[in-house]
Amino acid sequence: MTPAQPANLLPESKRGLLLGVRGWSVVIGALVVIAVLVPVLNLVVPIGNPLHFGDYGVALVGKIMCYAMCALSMDLIWGYTGILSLGHGLYFALGGYAMGMYLMRQIGHDGNYRSDLPDFMVFLDWKTMPWTWAGSASFVFQMFLVVAAPAVLAGVFGWFAFRSRIKGVYFSIITQALTFAGMLLFFRNETGFGGNNGFTDFKRILGIPIELASTRMALFVLTGFTLIAFYLLARAIVNSKYGRVLQAIRDAESRVMFTGYDPLKYKLSIWVLSAVMCAVAGALYVPQVGIINPSEMSPAASIEMAIWAAVGGRGTLVGPIIGAFFVNGAKSWFTQAFPEFWLYFLGALFIAVTLFLPRGIMGIKDRLKRTNLEKGVEVKA
Amino acid sequence: MTPDLQEAGAATLERHRQAPAATPAGGASFGRLMHAHKPDFAHGVALYLDEISVSFDGFKALNSLSLAIDVGEMRCIIGPNGAGKTTMMDVITGKTRPDSGHAHFGSNIDLLRLREPQIVRAGICRKFQKPTVYEELSVFENLELALVNDRGVRAALFARLSGQQRERIAEILQLVHLLPEAHRIAGLLSHGQKQWLEIGMLLAQEPTLLLLDEPVAGMTDEETERTAELFLTLVGKHSLVVVEHDMKFVDMVTQGHRKVTVLHEGSVLAEGTLAEVQSNAQVIDVYLGR
Repeated sequence: MTPAQPANLLPESKRGLLLGVRGWSVVIGALVVIAVLVPVLNLVVPIGNPLHFGDYGVALVGKIMCYAMCALSMDLIWGYTGILSLGHGLYFALGGYAMGMYLMRQIGHDGNYRSDLPDFMVFLDWKTMPWTWAGSASFVFQMFLVVAAPAVLAGVFGWFAFRSRIKGVYFSIITQALTFAGMLLFFRNETGFGGNNGFTDFKRILGIPIELASTRMALFVLTGFTLIAFYLLARAIVNSKYGRVLQAIRDAESRVMFTGYDPLKYKLSIWVLSAVMCAVAGALYVPQVGIINPSEMSPAASIEMAIWAAVGGRGTLVGPIIGAFFVNGAKSWFTQAFPEFWLYFLGALFIAVTLFLPRGIMGIKDRLKRTNLEKGVEVKA
Repeated sequence: MTPDLQEAGAATLERHRQAPAATPAGGASFGRLMHAHKPDFAHGVALYLDEISVSFDGFKALNSLSLAIDVGEMRCIIGPNGAGKTTMMDVITGKTRPDSGHAHFGSNIDLLRLREPQIVRAGICRKFQKPTVYEELSVFENLELALVNDRGVRAALFARLSGQQRERIAEILQLVHLLPEAHRIAGLLSHGQKQWLEIGMLLAQEPTLLLLDEPVAGMTDEETERTAELFLTLVGKHSLVVVEHDMKFVDMVTQGHRKVTVLHEGSVLAEGTLAEVQSNAQVIDVYLGR
């Protein structure tokens, strides 16, 4: 008689698929809403019709989808790898500035001073463009910068920080200091990026007027597609063995190291990827919102990103996206209804989530499932 | 001379001619092939510590400690708190750099020149005092990450488990009595089960030398006994260094004849069988006070 093979006794695992049937239906549903429903309701349905989806709504949702990408990138780095960054606004702003430079050059002679140079340079009495603007007329080059500038900065910073094994709150404080330093640098007129006013008054993108309803809708659809693509990419990453190593680093980094993995490579790669995701979000944000200035690098902006992820539920990918929509939706309503109380509300929200919902909005679902199980109710997962 | 002997001689000659060409490092040794990153155990010594000293802010955690562990040996290390047991493990695994001394793995690998992951890849694995597993991953996934394979980022992104690897994981799960728990989240295991999972993770790495820091801490008597049985099946296949306070456990795994080393104030106080060291006057002094 042969002994029982242990492999046959091994229970089957549920993991492996990118998304379940329900997950794919949600993704396809979101694609339809973004690519068909919103454009039709905004462009085809006339303004008086109750079904008309206004320009304000398109701009708001487009903006929040950019924020959701940031929340998603925070989840990869914080929720899955356990590294809390309080400075991702820096990468968001760098992506935004790279796009903004191109949009400034697209203004051409139509600025207030009718000059080849962007208005702020004329105002500062500069005669030539600084070297940093050398490739700014080229869309392709600036899109390359959207990815390359934050990737290089995140790579260099991450390499030194992770190699020195800076962890936990110390790491968070340094990221915060870095974005603050970036803000101070960009505030200076000498830096050559418009000082405290930043860039605004954009006229065209790829030669097409930026204020056209169809241009705005194209940007909206592009943003939505990018968000979904980022979500699927993040899902594929966390489902891979690489993603499990990231979670292992979060749970017991010393064990990972003593299993022969070099955490530096893993942390650095996910750190750079999340910085690039934020930068792409920033590049999509600027043409839709129409302005980029150093306040995007303020520490508060970066802290808000962490709040979106925490409110939605860390380590779930879907949660931070929901969190970004929930917090920013609440923000746009609150700042109109009770403008003075928004910051109090945000603070209270963060405290409440930390105390009562450590797993965020996604945690409510799990908790409901558990109470139902305790009651003996059969629940379909 | 018979024809078959001649043929065998010709074949051997041919092998020797080809060998140096295949591995350039092979030429220097005395007929043995040396590999740059593989330990060489031809002298029968797995681990050799020589006059290692470590001090933290003037406190001498290790005081010219010398120790040699044979290939396939299980060595228990005992000693009062602060004797330097954990610091010794830190030095071997590259976590702490000693102020002076030498540490070799086999006869060719200088441990003091390697970083932690490199030391692990050379074949030294360590279990921590506090069970350290990946709490939010399943038991199966914990072992998956420990299996011997490419540790690089790109390999991890596209890694798929082969049937053979699944079988290996199942074998280890059976060995550490965790097969029914395979898909439970590791954080939900009992303390003793976590200890076993961590031991399983070490075994999955197929190490030559296992360093075990208090492997039965927090285990029930039955679990302790089963752990001792498990360790005894490993002797010969691996070299084991076990730091433990539980004398009953030490007695079980040494079976009256294996060596026990007593550490005190950062150096070796006594060495011998458990009975020998327990009757040593100095050891009694240190353990029971004057």
